[in-house]
Amino acid sequence: MSEIKPEIDFFAFLEQGRFMIQRSRSSGSYVYYPRVAEPRTGAMDLEWVEASGQGTVYSTIVVRQKPPTPNYNVALIDLAEGPRMMSRVDGLPPEQVKIGMKVRAKIVRENDKAVVVFEPA
Amino acid sequence: MKDLFPRGQTAIVGAATYGIGESPGFSNYDLAAHAAIRALAQAGLKPSDVDGLGIVVMDETLSALNFAEYLGINPRFTDNCRTGGSSFQIQAGIAALALAAGQCDVMLIVYGSNQKTSTGKLVSSSRPSPWETPYKPMRPISGYALAAARHMHQYGTTKQQLGEVAVAARKWAQLNPDATMRDELTMEQYLASRLVADPLGVRDCCLVTDGAAAVVMVRADRAKDLCARPAYLLGAAAETTHREIACMPDLTVTGVAAASRRAFAQAGVKPADVDVVELYDAFTINTILFLEDMGFCAKGEGGAFVSGGRIAPGGVLPVNTNGGGLSCVHPGMYGLFTMVEASQQIMGICGQRQIADVDVAIAQGNGGELSSEAVLVLGSAATLG
Repeated sequence: MSEIKPEIDFFAFLEQGRFMIQRSRSSGSYVYYPRVAEPRTGAMDLEWVEASGQGTVYSTIVVRQKPPTPNYNVALIDLAEGPRMMSRVDGLPPEQVKIGMKVRAKIVRENDKAVVVFEPA
Repeated sequence: MKDLFPRGQTAIVGAATYGIGESPGFSNYDLAAHAAIRALAQAGLKPSDVDGLGIVVMDETLSALNFAEYLGINPRFTDNCRTGGSSFQIQAGIAALALAAGQCDVMLIVYGSNQKTSTGKLVSSSRPSPWETPYKPMRPISGYALAAARHMHQYGTTKQQLGEVAVAARKWAQLNPDATMRDELTMEQYLASRLVADPLGVRDCCLVTDGAAAVVMVRADRAKDLCARPAYLLGAAAETTHREIACMPDLTVTGVAAASRRAFAQAGVKPADVDVVELYDAFTINTILFLEDMGFCAKGEGGAFVSGGRIAPGGVLPVNTNGGGLSCVHPGMYGLFTMVEASQQIMGICGQRQIADVDVAIAQGNGGELSSEAVLVLGSAATLG
């Protein structure tokens, strides 16, 4: 890809089943959410790389809904590569998601769009 | 470069609120004008005396132009800074520079919102983030709940300690005839209140109200002619750390740490010198985070610091003496209300909730989701020279 279009590219990859983040060729640091330049350095040498999908829950909450709509989880996940992202941990009740829990990414379809969520590793 | 903030060279000489609670039938600007006229009248001034204007409202990006037109004035210094609820502290800091440099003579900073009676909910003024929207965060409470969960995990902060903040705010509100929520709030009621985004519940959240606020700033040489006890601006500093909560470097440390370090240094004060603290308590966790970040206690000890009524009336440190965003008023953005309350405490016009002999007061503002933090240090004439 000659020129990075952060939002368009990210979601296009996701539609292909690929969870991609960025890495600077010069610093080796990873970037999420995707941008045209590396934060702080301004390096323009970002490339798309496949995320390992490994992560750790940094913080987690339960968003309460009026019954019968089920409550749901919102979590911040520290990716193994370094960046933090907002997501959700599936596969267990929302109140059982705990800070420090090891999780693994998966791509699900919601409202006809691909979305990265996590499940216990 | 050395920090050249003009310590004590400007002062707030008028500080007023209007329409706290419900004020049906008024526009944002109608409410703002009521507060502005009140604040100007305290100093014996009128709109035509104003040549510097700072304002931001929730739903109009060019609000400074609208409001100059409304007042019928042509300001030569106009500030439409939009950092959320910290906008007004930042406007005051810049206004001090503009006043000291002769770029204006009378600065009016003003805010008004009819959000309660016009929509009944918090009016959003931001585009949704494509990186967060798929996860349906309940903004803004989700960001603060994530910070609270992390603080509880890292430092053992408890739900009961968050409750101490809510109960203290309510006790102050009971001393303020203008406050929206003045019924008793017990710890039992707090603990039984409905959860919204665990660990935060409805009693951890600021109110949704109408309301307006205004302050008038002039240079210090004129201040004593316009006000018996002006609130001199001793320090003003801000820090932006992120926009979306996922990009906040450490959810237990806010930009208040850096901003207050600089503002306190400008002012030449330390936490022990502070008589009253007005914080932007959008949620109960804010009060704990900001007291820690200002150095009133060590990081992680905020929960213990606020416990046992220590920030309530009669406690060791008066915090949010008007009842705060939690129990007094929160019309979308609350930052200017901390400035009004801190100024009025120095002016000595707070009635039943007045703290005796206030010489140093803090007025802090918070924007976004702990994203933009700004700190003002205000002082009485005794702090000059």
